[in-house]
This record gives sequence, structure tokens and C-alpha cells, in this order.
Amino acid sequence: MEQIIANGLYLGAQYALIALGLTLIFSLMNVLNFAHGQMYVFGGFVTYTVVVQLGLPFIVGLFASAVVLAIMGAAIEKFLFAPVVRRSKRDESTMLLAAGVAFFLDAVILLFFGEKQRGVPKVVNGVLNLDMRIIMPYDRILIGVLAILLIVVFIGFMNYSKTGRAMRALAQDKMAAQLMGVNVARYSMIGFALGAMLAGLVGGLLVTITGVNLGMGGPTSVKAFLMIMIGGAGVISGAIAGGFILGMMESVGLTVLSAYGDITYLVIFATLMVFLAVRPQGLMGKPWG
Amino acid sequence: MHKRTFLKFSALAAATFLSLPLMAHAENAKLKIGFVGVTSGPAAAWGISNQRSMEARAAWLNELGGVKIGDKTYDIEIVPFDDQKDPKRAIAGMEKMAQDGVHYVVGPNVDDGAAAVRPVAEHNGIMYFPYAFPKELFTAPASNAILGMVANYQSGPAIYKYLKENKGVKKIAFVAANESDPLSQRESGIAAAEGLGLEVVSGNVTYQVDTTDFTPVLLPVIQASPDLLVLSGVSPANAPQLIRSARELGYTGFISTETGQDATVLQEGAGELAEGFISVGGASTPELASDTMKEFVDRYTKMFGEYNDESNTKVYALEYILETLKANPAAIDNVEEYKKTMDTFEAPNPFMKGDAKLRYVGMTSFGQKRQVSVPLVVNEFKGGKFETMFVGQVD
Repeated sequence: MEQIIANGLYLGAQYALIALGLTLIFSLMNVLNFAHGQMYVFGGFVTYTVVVQLGLPFIVGLFASAVVLAIMGAAIEKFLFAPVVRRSKRDESTMLLAAGVAFFLDAVILLFFGEKQRGVPKVVNGVLNLDMRIIMPYDRILIGVLAILLIVVFIGFMNYSKTGRAMRALAQDKMAAQLMGVNVARYSMIGFALGAMLAGLVGGLLVTITGVNLGMGGPTSVKAFLMIMIGGAGVISGAIAGGFILGMMESVGLTVLSAYGDITYLVIFATLMVFLAVRPQGLMGKPWG
Repeated sequence: MHKRTFLKFSALAAATFLSLPLMAHAENAKLKIGFVGVTSGPAAAWGISNQRSMEARAAWLNELGGVKIGDKTYDIEIVPFDDQKDPKRAIAGMEKMAQDGVHYVVGPNVDDGAAAVRPVAEHNGIMYFPYAFPKELFTAPASNAILGMVANYQSGPAIYKYLKENKGVKKIAFVAANESDPLSQRESGIAAAEGLGLEVVSGNVTYQVDTTDFTPVLLPVIQASPDLLVLSGVSPANAPQLIRSARELGYTGFISTETGQDATVLQEGAGELAEGFISVGGASTPELASDTMKEFVDRYTKMFGEYNDESNTKVYALEYILETLKANPAAIDNVEEYKKTMDTFEAPNPFMKGDAKLRYVGMTSFGQKRQVSVPLVVNEFKGGKFETMFVGQVD
């Protein structure tokens, strides 16, 4: 039981961090960023390049992932999403654009980083073994703690910084924020950059554990959408809750249901369908959007 | 008058000059060889190693002046198609090959894709070389598919038997991705293990291919205390993570797979935790690789920046096609002629030392010769590279 909880918390921390960036972008711009998973993969490959190819310390790789993805996010928002949001009132325009960006990033990743699975050597060696009740490698504990730390920093930033407050105002009511002097274009770009940066950071963190490959983007996006559907789209606390709930459900399912074959995600999807039928706005979302 | 003559000569000279490249180009006819396989997504490494092997070898042969088949010399042109591991796309790819007049296709890489393209290939007179194992593709009445590698039901029993007899393995566990290929490989692996008298202590644990943490997946498997953990049909993307999670959970027994793997990927993803990992390779070990094979590796590396160990096996399909066509030039656009040649075909194997031969095999497994003969090399991962554990041969 302790092992299931430990696995669930570890998975939940990384999932929550993935979902945070996605929900931030959605809350600010009403954009479903289908390329979020590809940004995560790109971040992993940047860390891999810096650490393995260039031989620099892991922390430098992580920093490089954050910077590269923040710049990429800002550029994508300024030159692609902002003009489309300005010119088109239809939601599907940005959805199609996001899908296009996802395919484009897949092609860029293949071109620059190749088709192979890549990995960064373990940051910390050794395994915590508490009488076989909990077995957890130290590097997973470190990455889990770093993920939780990043979530705390992100919440602090959103609550106490001027930029964070402006973005929250924008998410709550764009018109009112604009009337109060919030620069919508500027903060939308910062928000998108921040969302992409979070994806890059979690990619950089997880490349030491799971490695990274070209095909991880799509499934990662699907899981991220799952989390924000559970927690409530556009709500930061909802994304965190969704991440931890999905992590725990996966951990429990894989242990308890393993005897019946690979039905964990079948059960999760079935549960989610029933849940959304009862509460379509998710746990913490508002029914009016 | 002089001016008119000058203009005539100038026009003639210009026409001759401009037609030179066309004439040079027209020296060799083109022989199109297709590839339909997965070159995107998590399993991209499988198809890309196929495609790049073909492209590297074709460029090399073209550089040498082309391939002489009968009275004509051909430049080889590779026509690739990414089926995205989707059977519907694989069918579309094979239809494209038929429209392009291609009669010889390498791929697809997975079971459902290989099964899906069968009607298209048979209807359009295409021989294809799947890297997939369903026996019905290679057993009569099917006759257009030729297995491009050693199947898991051929290599698996050999590995289990070796480990049982030499390392005292008694209990075995299987874990597979929840996809058709790995699941069918797991089933045949379980049957082979039971046939050898091994105790299967875990055989129903599966995982999603996009799993990011394998600890919860492997926990119940490791608790069953197997001597050998088989990663059935594991993709190169998942292998390092599975090995790492198993070792981190304290597992100290053997880990093996019947699929080809890449040493660099294992080293980066699992490091020293991958020591002793057993997989199936090709003719690349120093004991087996000829100078031609070594040059192929060099050329591939120069062309694409990095070699893929899976190409040790995947280099063979194009060679078999070309050598069989050389043996019977009438087969160039008639696959029935190709089939007639297969039973008696034999040519020197350029990729192996000694007097190894290219020949079609498969009588024991399929009742007809519908498999290329590549050495069954079982590797052990040691110190960041593969070392040959033992070498076998498939009939």
C-alpha cells in the first residue's frame, strides 16, 4: 500500500507540472494547446543535448530547456496564435493551428534530434528501500521533490507577483482586466511563454528518469488534457488536483488491476466519462467557463 | 553565310552540351525498391533503420556504377512511405507502391500492418519483406511475403534453452506492451518456455507504450521472483526504462528480449543497470562482420550522423532482392519468376566473414522458403556495447 501511494505521489507531481502549463495557456487565451506534449519532448531533448552531447551539468541543461522553451512559446504566441486570435472568432481556428504546431514540432524534433530514444544518466544513484514496503530510487525522489517545488514556486509567482496577478485577472475576465490597464497582448505572450517553459522544465526533469523520444508528444498531450478535464479547465488548482488524482489512479490501477491485464486506462476513461456526465466542468471548474 | 554556319554550330553545340547530363543520367535505368514502414512515433527507430540501411546501401551501389541485372545496369532508387504504424496507412503505402510500378517492398515493421497489406501485395504482384512474425503470412497459400529477420518463435526458444542449460534458469516471467506484436510474441514465448519445462511465474502483465513510470508495472512481476524476465517485443524506446525499473526494484536475475536493440540507447537510458541484458542482433560482432559490413557502418554513419545497431539485420533485405534479381533477371517485373528462383538461390554473403551464403530458409517454420537467412546472433550488453553470447542458424 505504501508503495502504491509513493508511486502515485511521484507520478502525480510530474503530471501536475505538465498540466499546469496547459491550463495556464487555456485560461489566458482559450487555446487548447495540442502541441504541449511536443514542447515537453523538445525540453527533454534540449536537456539531453546540453548534458550528454555538450557534457555540461544537469542544472545547466534544465535551465537551457526553460529558456529555449520560453522563447519558443513567446514566438509561437506572438507570430502564430496572437494574429489568429485577433482575426478569427472561431475556436477551431486556434485548435487547428495548435495541431499544426504539434506536427511541425514533431518534424523539427526528428530533424534535429533523430528518431532514437535518448536519456540522461541518473542524477543521483541509489535506491531507498524501507523493508521492501517502499522502494523508490533516489533520483525519482529528487525529481518528485523538484516538481513539487516548481509547483509551489509557480503558485507563489501567480499569487504574489505583478505579472502573475495580471495574468490571473486576464484569466478571470479579459474585458475587465483590459479596462483596468492590463496589456492583454503582453501578458498573453508571457503566459504562453510560461506555459511552454513549464512543459520544457518537466521534459528536462523527466529525461533523467524516462528518457525521451519523438513519439512521446501526442500521448503526453492526451494525459495533460485528461488531467485538466478532471480538475477543471483553466483552473490552476484544478490542474494540480487533476495531476495528482490521475497519478494516484494510475498507480492503484496498475497494482490492483494487473491480474486482469492492461485495463487501468480503460477503467480510468470509463470513470472519467461517468464523472464528466455528472460534472462536465471538472472538480474545480465553473459551469459558465 | 559564315554567320549562318556559326549559328548552326552554336545551336548544335548547345544542344549537345545541354543533353549531356540527360545522356549521362540515361546511362543507367532506375530500379525502384519500396519501403513501407514506421518512421514516426515511438517505434520510428525500427522503420528509420530500415529506410536508412536501404538508402545507404543504394547510394553505395549507385556510386560503384549501379547494379547489373541481366543485360542492363540499374541505379537503385528507394521509394519510402511512412505508415505511422497504422495498418490503414500501410495499405495506402502498398497501393502507392503498386501505382509507382514497384514490385519489391521492404516492410512493414509490425504484425497488423504486414497482415493488412497482404491482399494489395498479392493482387498487384509485389514481393514484400515484413519485419513481423505472423506465420500465416509466410505459410502457403501465402507466397508473397518473406520474413526479413529471425522471428521471436525461433530466437526465443534458443535463448531460453541456452539460459536453462548454462545458467540454471528455472522460473520465467513475461511482460509486454498492450499491442498486437508484443502480445503475440508473449504468447509464443510462453508456449516455448512451457515446452522447455520452465515455470511461467508471471505472464499477464502488460503496459501502455506511453508509460513514463514502469515501477508500478513491474512490481507484481518482480514479486513473483523469476530467474529470467522476458520483455516481449519491447521497442527500443521502452527497453531502457523497463530494465532500469526492474533493477531499481532489486531484481538481479536475467533480462532478455527477442527484438533488436541499440547499444547507445541502452547505455544512455539504463547505463550500467543494462549490464547483462540479452537481445538478438545481426552480423555486426567483430567475430562475424566482414570488411564490407564495416564499410557499410562507416558509410551509414557518414550519411546519417549516427549508426543504428538494428541495421545489422536490416541491411540484408535489399541485398537479397538485388542478388535474387541478378540470379533471375526475368523477375525484375515478374514476382512469379522471383518465387521460382528462391528455392535454389544462393549467393555469397558480403556482410559476413568466411564463406557464408545468402539463401532463403524457413522450411521448418513455414513449410516453404519464405525467410531470409541471417545469423541468429544472441548478444549480451556489456560495458556499453554488445558482446556475442552465442550464434545460431535458422533453417
